[in-house]
Amino acid sequence: MIAGVGAITLGGCQKLSDTTWFPKMLGFGEKATQGVQRLILPRKAMVREFAETDPSGQFRSNGTSLPRNPAFLEMAKNGFADYRLTVDGLVDKPGMFSLAEIRALPSRTQITRHDCVEGWSAIGKWKGARLGFLLEKVRLKPNARYVVFHCADPMNEDGSSLYYESIDMEDAFHPQTILAYELNGAVLPLANGAPIRLRVERQLGYKHAKYVIRIEIVEDFSGIAGGKGGYWEDQGYEWYAGI
Amino acid sequence: MADLNNALPEKKMQYRHRLPVRLMHWINVMALVVLLMSGLNIFNAHTALYWGESSYGKKPPLLEIRGVEDDEGNLIGTARLFGYTINTTGFLGASKDLDGNLIEKGFPTWITIPSNQWLAMARRWHFFFAWLLVVNGFSFVTYSLLSRHVVRDLLPTRQDLRSIGRSVVDHLLLRRPKGEEATRYNVLQKMAYLSVIFLMAPAIILMGLGMSPALDALFSRLVGLFGGRQSMRTLHFVIAWALVAFVFVHVFQVIVNGFWNNVRSMITGYLKIPSGLDSE
Repeated sequence: MIAGVGAITLGGCQKLSDTTWFPKMLGFGEKATQGVQRLILPRKAMVREFAETDPSGQFRSNGTSLPRNPAFLEMAKNGFADYRLTVDGLVDKPGMFSLAEIRALPSRTQITRHDCVEGWSAIGKWKGARLGFLLEKVRLKPNARYVVFHCADPMNEDGSSLYYESIDMEDAFHPQTILAYELNGAVLPLANGAPIRLRVERQLGYKHAKYVIRIEIVEDFSGIAGGKGGYWEDQGYEWYAGI
Repeated sequence: MADLNNALPEKKMQYRHRLPVRLMHWINVMALVVLLMSGLNIFNAHTALYWGESSYGKKPPLLEIRGVEDDEGNLIGTARLFGYTINTTGFLGASKDLDGNLIEKGFPTWITIPSNQWLAMARRWHFFFAWLLVVNGFSFVTYSLLSRHVVRDLLPTRQDLRSIGRSVVDHLLLRRPKGEEATRYNVLQKMAYLSVIFLMAPAIILMGLGMSPALDALFSRLVGLFGGRQSMRTLHFVIAWALVAFVFVHVFQVIVNGFWNNVRSMITGYLKIPSGLDSE
């Protein structure tokens, strides 16, 4: 009898997951978490940074390790000398920045813990340009609200569905938010997102976009791809990945 | 003349569980079931547990569940705990998916919500019911303290504490309380309930919050105290199973002490107390 009740319950739960309205209702839990966390977290609260001895060996590569993008891989062959980071959207001074120019921006080195949504954690030493300074350089327009990161790696086998992510201005200007170009004292490897990957330390790993080729400043991201602000968000994950 | 010893023993009714207790108890049951099952789906996204801050530090995992191919190319499920590997095919590591095919999987479909591996959906279930547990739990504790339910019914008395040994024996012998004794929780019961409410539940919530990178910006020292984020993930898992063990014992006791009487009392509030006239 208990097995029967169990089977009916599980079947019912499964049907609920497949509707539109039920997951939406469940989503209020994560909205509540976002609200509470943003309320209690001071703007500049920093995540823990570790000692030099903590990072160990190779940093795990998750998601894409080798982008299925021939043009991009061509650039990788000569150390991304021809790579340009496009910064456009709601800015007064859009531009294209070479790696040398990005390296010339005020940088930050931080030894932090990467927390993947899958459950694992890894500690790495990241060096990169402070995103806040880059944004000040391009002069945000008054209605700028989100920073969208467009990436070179397609998530589909046919080359479509390029990875992308977005963060708001609080995270964009956070001291630990950097465009990383070095990992563990060496140039950022291809497997870990070369030439540039985002670090946004108060959120889970999927927000830390790899292979960033364009930064677009927008007021609202609902017109981009699936409209939820990121590749994984379009697949049902939360935009705010604080937990 | 009727033999008094053959007369039916009197049973009196006790108003045992007040409405707020009953309501919040069943909400807890629902929330804990969903939290466990969605939690296992979440665990399935990375079927290994570690101690410390990193999963890729110098120490190997404490627990690792994997599906591997044997020499003939068959998929077998394995669980390695503290260095000892056991074959768990069919349950852990390798089990049938919803179409009946044997696939690599942590915990099986019948124990997870959703049934298939679906991390995004499992997180939605988990974080909604987590809030439900926290709000309900907080209300339950507040009510229980204000109504003196904790002090009157749950706190062991001095006499209780002196009779722990006897209570253990009673439990092992499956002796059912009668008369006045049956109108109270016994000492082991009180200790179990108190540790669930005031130790295990707050601890598991703390461990859950400890996995949040955002809250790390507030509480990283606390996280460090426990050994790190991966330690908190491991403890979260361990306490979850400790709660499952509690539920098994709890349900067992409900069954052997008069199943329908007990379940009915947690719905209507009224418990039939067997008379204490019999010898024992």
